[in-house]
Amino acid sequence: MTTPILQAQSLKKIFTRDGQSDFLAVDGVSFDISAGECVGLIGESGSGKSTVANMIAHLLDPTEGRIFLDGEDVTDAGARKIFRTVQMIFQSPQESFDPRRTLGDGIGESLLNVGQSRAEVRGEVGRLLEAVGLSPDFAERYPHEVSGGQCQRAAIARAIAIRPKLLICDEAISALDVTVQAEIVALLSRLMRERGMACLFICHDIALAQNFCGRILVMYRGKIVEEGAPDEVVQSPKREYTKMLIESVL
Amino acid sequence: MNEILRYVNVTISYNAVPVVHDVSFSLREGEILGVVGESGSGKSTLLKAAMGLLGPGGVVTRGDIWFKERNLPDLPEEELRRLSGAELAMIFQDAGASFCSIRSVGAQLFEAVSAHETISETDFREQAAALLQKLRFEDAARILESYPFELSGGMMQRVGIAAAMLLNPAVLLADEPTSALDVSVQKQVVEEMLLIREIWHTSIVIVTHNIGVVRAMADRVAVMKDGRIVESGATRDVLEHPAQEYTKKLMAAVPKLRLRRGA
Amino acid sequence: MTAEPTVREAIVHKSSGKTRLYIFGAAAILLIVGALFSESLCPYDPYLQNLDAALQQPSAAHIFGTDRFGRDMLSRVIAGSRASIFSTFLLVAIITAVGTAVGVFCGWARGRADDLLMRGSDLCLAFPGLVFALAVAGVLGGGLHNAVLALAAISWPKYARIARSQTLAVRETAYLKAAMLAGCSTTQLIVKHILPNIAGPILVTAMLDIGTMMMELAGLSFLGLGAKPPTAEWGSMMSETRGLLQTVPWAVFAPGVAIFVAVMAFNLLGDAVRDWMDPKMRN
Repeated sequence: MTTPILQAQSLKKIFTRDGQSDFLAVDGVSFDISAGECVGLIGESGSGKSTVANMIAHLLDPTEGRIFLDGEDVTDAGARKIFRTVQMIFQSPQESFDPRRTLGDGIGESLLNVGQSRAEVRGEVGRLLEAVGLSPDFAERYPHEVSGGQCQRAAIARAIAIRPKLLICDEAISALDVTVQAEIVALLSRLMRERGMACLFICHDIALAQNFCGRILVMYRGKIVEEGAPDEVVQSPKREYTKMLIESVL
Repeated sequence: MNEILRYVNVTISYNAVPVVHDVSFSLREGEILGVVGESGSGKSTLLKAAMGLLGPGGVVTRGDIWFKERNLPDLPEEELRRLSGAELAMIFQDAGASFCSIRSVGAQLFEAVSAHETISETDFREQAAALLQKLRFEDAARILESYPFELSGGMMQRVGIAAAMLLNPAVLLADEPTSALDVSVQKQVVEEMLLIREIWHTSIVIVTHNIGVVRAMADRVAVMKDGRIVESGATRDVLEHPAQEYTKKLMAAVPKLRLRRGA
Repeated sequence: MTAEPTVREAIVHKSSGKTRLYIFGAAAILLIVGALFSESLCPYDPYLQNLDAALQQPSAAHIFGTDRFGRDMLSRVIAGSRASIFSTFLLVAIITAVGTAVGVFCGWARGRADDLLMRGSDLCLAFPGLVFALAVAGVLGGGLHNAVLALAAISWPKYARIARSQTLAVRETAYLKAAMLAGCSTTQLIVKHILPNIAGPILVTAMLDIGTMMMELAGLSFLGLGAKPPTAEWGSMMSETRGLLQTVPWAVFAPGVAIFVAVMAFNLLGDAVRDWMDPKMRN
C-alpha cells in the first residue's frame, strides 16, 4: 500500500487565554488522506474543524500529535517548509487577498518565493487565471473590484500555482451564492482530476459533502465521531449526532 | 382571506439608480411568503423599503406599499416609527446580536415594549415568560434573567425572533434570519416561525438565499434576480416545476441529500 | 386602488466630498512652502535690532508692530515658521517611525519582549508628558533639538500601541495566512503585507498629531527649554514678550495667532484625511 499524502495522528489543540479556562478545541483527531482523494470534514461551528485545517496547513501549532506529509514527520516544520505540498482556500475570498495588492500579486507570490523570475511568474499567472475560468487581465485587479465568485476562483488559482499535492478548502464555498457554489465545486473537481490533487473539504453542508467527497468525517466537539463513505454515513448513520445533523437538513 | 400587505409596481432607487424594478406582490393574513434570490438581487431592499430603512440615497421612486390602508413610502417618519415593531416588525440576520451585552435579556425586552405601551415590569415578565413558553422555550424565566453572553448565538437568535412577537405585530418581515446559524439551529428557527404563524396567525415575509428554508416554511415563493421577480407561485409548484431558466439553474445548483440508496 | 402607482423624486446622496481635504491640504502646503522660503518672504531682517523703532504699534510699515528690540514682528513670525513647522515635522517623523517599529515588533513577536516594551510604553503614557519632557530637556540642556528629543522620548508609545494592535489584527487575517502559505519570510510578511495595511491609521494619527506636537514644542520653548534667543520660534517669541502683555499686546498676539492658525490648519487637515481614509465615510 502506498503512503498516504497526509497522516494526522492524535492531533490535539488547547487554546490558553489569559484569565480564562483552557479551551480544548481539537481532542485527538487522527485520519489519513491518500493521493487524489477527496475527504469531507463536516461539523457545526465550534466543532474544531477549522482548527484541524489550520494545524495541517501549519498556521497553528498542534498542542499534541504528529503530522506526516508523504510519510515524513513535518509537525515542527513551519508553513515555509510545507507550502509546496499543502495549500489552502479560505472561507471569505475577498479577505484572503491583501487589499492593497492585486490578485496577480497574490497568485504569483508563492512562485516568486521559490525563485521564478518575474516574467515567468507573469506568464504563469495568466495561465492559472485561464485554468480557473478568468481572463488574464484579472491579474491587475484588486480584490474589492471583483465579485465573490471571481475572487474565489482567483484564490483557487493561487492555491494550485505551486502544484500542491493536498488542497485544504476551509468552508471555501459557504459564503458564495448557490449557483456560484455549483460552479466552484465543478471547477474544484476538474482541477483535482487534472492535477491528481487530494482535497480536505471542510464544510457544514452535509448534502454538499455527500455529493462532492469520496469519504466523510463528522466532527463534534473536537472529536471525529463518525467516518465512512458518503452514502453510508448519510443513509445509515451510526451516531446520534450524525442522525441529528441529517434530520436538520431542510 | 384579506390582503394585509401589498406591493404595487415598486421601484426602488439608490442615488437615482434603480436596484429593484417594478415589483408587485401581496401577502394575505396568516400567509408565509418566501423571497429567494442571490446576493445583489434586491431581496433585502424590498423589506427595508417597507420599514423606511433604505438609508441615505434610497427612495421608493415609483409604486406603493400598502399596509392597513396606509401607503408606507409616503408615511411621515414619526408615524412609520409608531407602526414599526407594534404592527409591522422586522427581524434581521443577527437579531440576537442586537442585544446589548451588559443588561439582562428581560430588562432589554421590557425597555423595547414600554416604548410602545404602558405596562408594569412584573406584568411584562409574566407575559414574556408566557410567550416564550408558548414558543416552546425551555426554562423561559432563566432566559429572561440571563445576559446575552450566557446564551448561545442560536438561542439569542431564537429569543430575538420571539421578542418581535411581544407586541403581536400583524406582519413579520424576516431578512435572512437563519443564514448565520448552524443547520440544527436553522431548523429550530424555522419551526419557531411556523409556530408563530400557527398561534397568532401572523403574516410573514421571509427573505433568504436558502431554498431549503423556503421549502420548509413558505406557502408561496417569489424568485428574484437583478431586482426583478422572475417567477412566483405556490412553493411546491415553483420549486418542483420551475418555469423560468433562472429558477431551474438555481434549483439545480442546490446540493440534495440522497437519503435512500440509488435516489 | 387601481390608480397609477405614485412616482417620487429620487435622492442622490452625496458622499462626503474631498473639498475639505483640498482646502486644508492647500492651507498646509501654503504654510510649508512659506516656511521653506521664509527668508525671502520677510519684509525686514528678522534679527536686525533697531532700538529707535522698539515697541511700535501695528502700522502700515509693521503690520504686527515691533518688539522691544525694534525687530519687525511680521518678519519674525515668518522666520519663526521654519523652526516651528520643521522641528514639528522632525518630531512627528521620529515618533511615528520609532513607535511603528516597536509596535510591529511587539505585535509580531508577542511574548515576553512584547510585555516588557508595552509596560515601558505604559510608563511613558502614565507620566505627565510635559513634566517628563521638562526633565529630559533639563538633563539634555536647552535647544530646539533637545526639545524635539525630549518630546520624542515620551510621545512614541501612542504609535506603538496603534501599530501593535493593528499588527495583531492583520496577523489574524486570511490574507496573511495565505501569504504564509505562499512561503513568505517574516521580513516579507512584515514589509509587503503588514506595513502597507497598518499605514493608514498610523499616518492619520501622525497628521492629527502635528498640531499637538507644534503646541508642545512651542510650550517647551515658551518655558525656555526649546529654541534659544535670538532664534525666531513662535513659542519662544511669546515667552520673550509675555511681560509686555499689558502694554504691547500685539507683540504676543502675532506669534500666538501664528501658532493658532498653523495648529488649526494641520488639525483640520488631519480630520479631513481621516474621514477620507475611512472606507465607511467614502463610497
